[in-house]
Amino acid sequence: MPIHEKSLIRPENLHVQEHKEVDGVDVSGHWSTFIETRVVSDYNEDLQDEIAALPGGELIHRCWQCGSCTNACTVHAINPDFNPRYWIYLIRMGMESELLRDKDIIWQCVSCNKCTYACPRDVVPEAVMKATAHWLELKGHTPKSHSTIFDEVFSEQVFETGKIEDGRVIKGSSSSAPVRNSRRAGWWTW
Amino acid sequence: MVDMVRSLLRNLPIGLLTKMGLATLVAPKTSDWSKSREAIMEYVEEREAANRKALGLGQGREARTNHDRTKKYQEVAYYPGCALEGGGHAYNRSTKALGKKLGLNLKEVENWNCCGAMEVKNIDPKLQTYLSSRVMSIAANKMGLDTVMAPCNGCYHNLKKAEYDLANDPNRRGGQFAFSGKSGHATYQAGQVETIHALDWDRETIGRGPGHERPRQEFAEGVKIANYYGCMYTRPRHIFPEKDQGPGSESTSKPHFMDDLLAAAGADNVEYPLKTACCGGAHALSDSDTSTRLVLNMLQAAEASGAEVIATECPTCHSGPGNAPDAREKTLGRKTNVKIIYFTQLLGMAMGLSPKAVGVQENFSDAMPLIKEKKLA
Repeated sequence: MPIHEKSLIRPENLHVQEHKEVDGVDVSGHWSTFIETRVVSDYNEDLQDEIAALPGGELIHRCWQCGSCTNACTVHAINPDFNPRYWIYLIRMGMESELLRDKDIIWQCVSCNKCTYACPRDVVPEAVMKATAHWLELKGHTPKSHSTIFDEVFSEQVFETGKIEDGRVIKGSSSSAPVRNSRRAGWWTW
Repeated sequence: MVDMVRSLLRNLPIGLLTKMGLATLVAPKTSDWSKSREAIMEYVEEREAANRKALGLGQGREARTNHDRTKKYQEVAYYPGCALEGGGHAYNRSTKALGKKLGLNLKEVENWNCCGAMEVKNIDPKLQTYLSSRVMSIAANKMGLDTVMAPCNGCYHNLKKAEYDLANDPNRRGGQFAFSGKSGHATYQAGQVETIHALDWDRETIGRGPGHERPRQEFAEGVKIANYYGCMYTRPRHIFPEKDQGPGSESTSKPHFMDDLLAAAGADNVEYPLKTACCGGAHALSDSDTSTRLVLNMLQAAEASGAEVIATECPTCHSGPGNAPDAREKTLGRKTNVKIIYFTQLLGMAMGLSPKAVGVQENFSDAMPLIKEKKLA
């Protein structure tokens, strides 16, 4: 697995010693960096098929790990832990336990489609991110995200009436969502 | 030569001479020819285009095809979408006012529904395809129009996406029959309508409409404008087959239609690197930390490039940066001065409409002081 993305090494696996001497040579500080081996104890062999069965995840098998998606990603630019390429890699390898480490940020994709624009293999990473977020919720690994609740309230209104009305969507999503950030969003001002 | 003409004049019968003389003034015509003429011209153009294409030459006769499109865009189905009836009402008002000023016919799609937006697509993409196709089906089958104009980037994107999916994915196409059969309206067939953005529409019709109305060139002189197109207008490339087609078409990597239009109103367009960046509108409510940071990026980049105004073409791109100034001020530690105005508002004012007529009072960021200072109205 490519290790050039430094953020992929977990801080707890990095060991640095302030004072270290080997055979009379001082190798203190980063000279003595030791990266502890990552242990993956179990695989979920069906992980890729499960994601591919959800709407949006169909084309995940095409990925050849070029990293164009992560390179183009809007959210990656402000949070290096948000890494579509890496998650697609984990899904295709079946490393469920590793994927779950990032379960709380995968839903943060803003659907700007930069990845889909850049992808040379038409994986549609944006849709794969949505499918992965759904998978996490369906499997019960995460509670429904604010984003999903908003999507559901919005969609319900569209299915019911054919249209949406801003005020009702905001009201609906804020009453059913644990209000974390939305109050600060200031959409109330209108 | 002169001798020949003289001898002709001398020898030919008077009747024939008169006829030839008249013919130089009034060309004889086959009656009921216009349709055949059009058919022939169409073939000739196709042939010429094919020849040029085969030799790798540019598009010939561009002026004429543009003329056809200008004519086609005189009457379009207008699909405002939900956002333009809510928070983006200023955009709705200014688009309509601009159309009226240009003497164009906007026919609102009858009983339109939501295009599916990002939210329904996230729940199930097939439902989004159906919702968008219903709008296009009404425009084509009920109203008999061949062009749908959607000013909202989200609606525009979704209609284009549905068009692409229906043309290329037999699975999706099958699903549409079931939906439309049960709901009792004609199934939309890919290719029945052309979906265009308000930018395409304005660009083809300004100065070419019935009244040849044009923006005043001195309108925005010296006003520095950053043109912001947002995500949905150019991405992903495959759903916009008409873009990236060389001169005269829109570019997906560096769009320029808005720049062109505002330059015609004399604006000083700045080099804005984040033309197609994301404003985080999708998560304005559910993840405001991320969207605030993205909006700040956008505003700071505009300020750094010297812009006083960000011209937008999407209700979400407009409300995001125009909104929640407190949260931004807290993160940034100072106020941002750049104002957010719809491009239709700027064009409308450049064509002599009042700020009220283009709905400046409904904007999220208060642009009136700037409009007064720069004498934009």
